[in-house]
Amino acid sequence: MMTNPGSQITQGQFSFLPPLTDVQITAQIKYALKSGWSLAVEYTDDPHPRNTYWEMFGNPMFDLKDPAGILMEVNNCRKTFPNHYIRVVAFSSAHGIESPTMSYIVNRPKNEPGFGLVRQETDSRSIRYTVHSYATEKPEGERY
Amino acid sequence: MASETMKEGKERYKSGVIPYKKMGYWEPDYKIKDTDMLAMFRMTPQPGMDPEEVAAAVAGESSTATWTVVWTDRLTACEMYRAKCYRCDLVPNTGEGTKTEAQYFIYIAYELDLFEGGSIANLTASIIGNVFGMKAVKALRLEDMRIPVAYLKTFQGPATGVIVERERLDKFGRPLLGATTKPKLGLSGRNYGRVVYEALKGGLDFMKDDENINSQPFMHWRDRFLYCMEAVNKASAATGEVKGHYLNVTAGTMEEMYKRAEFAKSLGSVIIMIDLVIGYTAIQSMALWARQNDMILHLHRAGNSTYSRQKNHGMSFRVICKWMRMAGVDHIHAGTVVGKLEGDPLMIRGYYDTLLDTHTPMNLEKGLFFEQDWASLNKCMPVASGGIHAGQMHQLLTYLGDDVVLQFGGGTIGHPQGIQAGAVANRTALEVMVLARNEGRDIWNEGPQILQDAAKWCGPLKAGLDTWKDVSFNYESTDTPDFVPSATTSV
Repeated sequence: MMTNPGSQITQGQFSFLPPLTDVQITAQIKYALKSGWSLAVEYTDDPHPRNTYWEMFGNPMFDLKDPAGILMEVNNCRKTFPNHYIRVVAFSSAHGIESPTMSYIVNRPKNEPGFGLVRQETDSRSIRYTVHSYATEKPEGERY
Repeated sequence: MASETMKEGKERYKSGVIPYKKMGYWEPDYKIKDTDMLAMFRMTPQPGMDPEEVAAAVAGESSTATWTVVWTDRLTACEMYRAKCYRCDLVPNTGEGTKTEAQYFIYIAYELDLFEGGSIANLTASIIGNVFGMKAVKALRLEDMRIPVAYLKTFQGPATGVIVERERLDKFGRPLLGATTKPKLGLSGRNYGRVVYEALKGGLDFMKDDENINSQPFMHWRDRFLYCMEAVNKASAATGEVKGHYLNVTAGTMEEMYKRAEFAKSLGSVIIMIDLVIGYTAIQSMALWARQNDMILHLHRAGNSTYSRQKNHGMSFRVICKWMRMAGVDHIHAGTVVGKLEGDPLMIRGYYDTLLDTHTPMNLEKGLFFEQDWASLNKCMPVASGGIHAGQMHQLLTYLGDDVVLQFGGGTIGHPQGIQAGAVANRTALEVMVLARNEGRDIWNEGPQILQDAAKWCGPLKAGLDTWKDVSFNYESTDTPDFVPSATTSV
């Protein structure tokens, strides 16, 4: 079990709040659309802090401007991967940004075992650190 | 206001002294070139002096002039190299009939060839080199500069930049949260790392050395680096997030700073820190090092208020922001509006725009006297630090936006339930406010209620709000805009 306050992984914009309802998720989708951003749904069972590339639940929805349609994709992903981490990501294509502008978790596994810290003693008192995900001791798709 | 320049030729170069205005440094008809460096000063002439003559003297002494006529000018393309003062306006609300003696906004254009590319030191040696001590000016303040694109392209710019920093940290769509370890002096390395660990595990993104933490008898630098990186990695494992601690590598020599930076890198730190007092060239060198070594470079503006705070003399902080973005730092402390340090809201917004915009339009209310195209130089993240707490979250988010590091030092470590609880309070307040803003709620007015509602389910936030509910720092700003918007009636 994770021992941080909240006992869960705190990546994303809203991990310190109670789980977002569909109404709240829709409001955030509307904000992104109003800002001219495209939305995408991504999932993973390897939530290492430096695992940049979560799997894409389809391409970013560049042409879908209907919040209800995007929420439907979120919920399709939740149905398909109920025990994975799922995040909604917004992308801006504006010059000077061209990068994600939002990222928040909308689904988590029931149990989050978290990470261990592996210390490799090296020269002098220096230590090389490895953040190790307990879940990845099992193969992909069988982790949570 | 015609130009009074004497014609080139024998008369012009007769030995002796002629007014700067006649020497060619006052050209009200001058047509600005896109490649010109522009500077705007607030100038207070000595009593009885002709403001245009003093303005021309500023242009002269910051470019080619000396106090007397020299024939050797005639060996050069001297007309091109002379800086031209092209405008001299009385500052609103100064001079006769007001409480303030007359001040003038003077605009000067400099030929690009006067400056060495890629060198803040060279640029500043001209612009702020000699002129501030001239007897003819009673006081002088560099208010703003327009840096031509051609010159910007000779600078690396921020080593990492806001966009890549966010990608590396995997943090989007909200301000970052930090805190400075307190007490800033006296903790041993072991005790210091404890504070870092607690705050990062609780929910902050960054912890930070203070400006004067280097290598003192109570904590030598290697000890600090080792314990801080233990804390950072342990907190990262505890939360599943990328975390960082700004390791201050400021030292007496470049050799020592490189040594400390290399050690920080070998320990896996994502960020190092330097102080403004190390000087422009040292800052540029560290920015090159940071780019080469995938390191975010944090700059503490230690020392700036000695020359940026007084309105009539020195230089505006917005110019320091411009130079530091060129010099290549990724973070710079740029004010909080609501905290304990100096700052008028519009002026601070001007600093933030200067650091973050790809193109900044002229905006006199924000103190931005020139349009500035940033030529795709990376963005530099402003840092808000000093006397801020969770109860001001709606104000901070409204004034400062998403691209900022909010640093709650006392507001985290001084929390009645402990450091982790302090971090939880700040992070929860931040997330609940970003959520509400995105939902379209009026956080400026509803903010306190939004925080109180969250405090019902978040005990640490409640305790924090109760502790700091009455803390505010309402002092008059000394550096304020001279232009206020006034409604005009259209006929």
